[in-house]
Amino acid sequence: MLLYILKRVLSAISVVIVTLVASFALFFLAPTDPAGVICGPRCTPDRVADIENSLGLNKPALEQIGSYMKGIVVGREYSAGGTVQHCDAPCLGYSYTLGQPVTKLLAQALPVTISIVIGGAVVYLIVGVLAGTIAAQVRGSSLDKAVVGTTLFVQSIPYFVFALIVALYATFLPETRYTPFLENPLTWASGLLAAWLCIGVTNAAAYTRYSRASMIETLGQDYIRTATSKGISRRRVVYRHGLRAGLTPVVTIFGIDLAFQLTGAIFTESIFGLPGLGQLTLRAFGQYDLPVLLGGVLVGSVVLVLMNLVVDIAYTILDPRVRLG
Amino acid sequence: MSDTTTPGPQTVTRVPRETAASEEAYLEVTDLQVQFPTADGLVRAVQGLSYSVPLRRTLAIVGESGSGKSVSSMAVLGLHDRKVARISGSIKVGGREVVGMSDKDLEGYRGGDAAMIFQDPQSSLHPYFTVGDQIVESYRAHHSVSKRKAKDRAIDMLGRVGIPNPRRRVDQYPHEFSGGMRQRAMIAMALVNDPKLLIADEPTTALDVTVQAQILDLIADLQRDFGSAVVFITHDLGVVAEIADDILVMYAGTAVEHGPVNKILGEPLHPYAWGLLESIPALTGEPQPLHPIPGSPPSLLAVPSGCPFHPRCEFKDRVPGDLCTTLKPDLISRTSDHGRTSRCHLKDPDRIFEIDVLPRLP
Repeated sequence: MLLYILKRVLSAISVVIVTLVASFALFFLAPTDPAGVICGPRCTPDRVADIENSLGLNKPALEQIGSYMKGIVVGREYSAGGTVQHCDAPCLGYSYTLGQPVTKLLAQALPVTISIVIGGAVVYLIVGVLAGTIAAQVRGSSLDKAVVGTTLFVQSIPYFVFALIVALYATFLPETRYTPFLENPLTWASGLLAAWLCIGVTNAAAYTRYSRASMIETLGQDYIRTATSKGISRRRVVYRHGLRAGLTPVVTIFGIDLAFQLTGAIFTESIFGLPGLGQLTLRAFGQYDLPVLLGGVLVGSVVLVLMNLVVDIAYTILDPRVRLG
Repeated sequence: MSDTTTPGPQTVTRVPRETAASEEAYLEVTDLQVQFPTADGLVRAVQGLSYSVPLRRTLAIVGESGSGKSVSSMAVLGLHDRKVARISGSIKVGGREVVGMSDKDLEGYRGGDAAMIFQDPQSSLHPYFTVGDQIVESYRAHHSVSKRKAKDRAIDMLGRVGIPNPRRRVDQYPHEFSGGMRQRAMIAMALVNDPKLLIADEPTTALDVTVQAQILDLIADLQRDFGSAVVFITHDLGVVAEIADDILVMYAGTAVEHGPVNKILGEPLHPYAWGLLESIPALTGEPQPLHPIPGSPPSLLAVPSGCPFHPRCEFKDRVPGDLCTTLKPDLISRTSDHGRTSRCHLKDPDRIFEIDVLPRLP
């Protein structure tokens, strides 16, 4: 088991490195002119050369990647506006438009996004799995049809429209504002409630459908019939025997979904004005802030790989048949 | 319709085990109907099925796939979804009526007084729980004992069904068991509450032949110890000969022949049973081509009129008029032997069997 996890971690690290090199190549070696963009319209060639020099853009590509990697491990120094800035490890570069190290920007944004996504996930997992399981039990009934109809309706609304409606009309909810959890858990929760409901309700529709389909299949299995024949209650049959097996495919989807949401809660963050990862990268994109974009991609790939790892490990806990010696 | 004019020269050859014909029935099924309304129409899976099984006796229900064997037995355990299946008639187990029993009473009844062994232990055991867990759950559903006590009982049961090293095996998962061991575990689970009625739904079909024999012996042994009534569902006549006291032959949802095992296998009275015997390959002498019953079992959406077997029956022309296509025969005694019944219009089935069928049998 430990060996298996170690193997998976090593392969995860190599995936992250490949992603890093590939995105570095895409951003820095593409026929773009980052220095010119940073410099602005009224720019002298001298100043462009200066920026290129400080960014290291005039050096060979391999050397650029090399010093970026080195920065992640031991830190590096940047010259910005004449002064030398020290960037501690893990250094992901320096944002010239914001005048701050990328690592610090990401460290500020990531907890916001994680708070939004995890809270939302709690809502949609509970609502979705429960509604799906109930619908599966009364398959074909009017309640089942109502549940399926509702999920279709919710899924047909574009997410940003839904989020806008909540942001504009759900004024009875506490005002949306991010407070770090450690500072005050209560205001942390109340400030994010609207965002959680938004993510929760829209994703609950999808999770209702996944769980319903999975539970219908599971409840038709022979071992469910066996469980019924033992004389245990229907509730126990469904929730102990059925849900345990029916949840496995849902866990897979959840891991992948969570990873994507962590990197792309852009709509939620923009509409509710929460300073998360999505907003940070969106702004960086508009301003051509390559170091920040690169940092965002790196965090995204790490999160994705990490979630896949977590799903695989969760699998071995859920299903004894995949337990490894 | 009963034939009392032909005195059968039959002598009772051997009565299996103790004479139990007069014993009181533990399971009594009367005029059972199971129907499933579907988008294509009403599926008449079981129509007017009646039989009874006393304690310490084994009834084998045989028939092709789709003949209603499993559907009727699941009804005995109340395993059909009320919203899907329409069940009428009566199923009495130890005097209690199962048809229409409340969910709460069903929970107490299932797995307690009556238990079931399913066909494929691979898919019938939950892959995510240990074998011990599953047996413990079954035991604790009917006995309020501690987990530790229930586990001791599970270990005891695993040992009893011949699983070596039960103390270690109890904590293993079904996928760590071989096919035969898995079925033994399944049997241990079914018997953990000393059920008086055991239904075995093709318990050896998914197993290889040597393991089959062991499992049959095991069920027979346990039946002797527990004194249960056993309903054994199978389509393997070899298994029937080995384990059953009585046979019920089913076709298209109805019983077509019922009687003691040596009679039905030795000299059956229904053309369908003849067909079954003819389709058994001979294992001695020159290889002979098989004689399958022509045609295929009818769709239960549109069961043929009259005798449901008439489209496939080669003796239909020996029945006067169009009786076979218009009138469903009753399941009654057709010879002087009143211990057996069949559902066929033929006047002298025992003679036809002797003259026309017997010479063709291997």
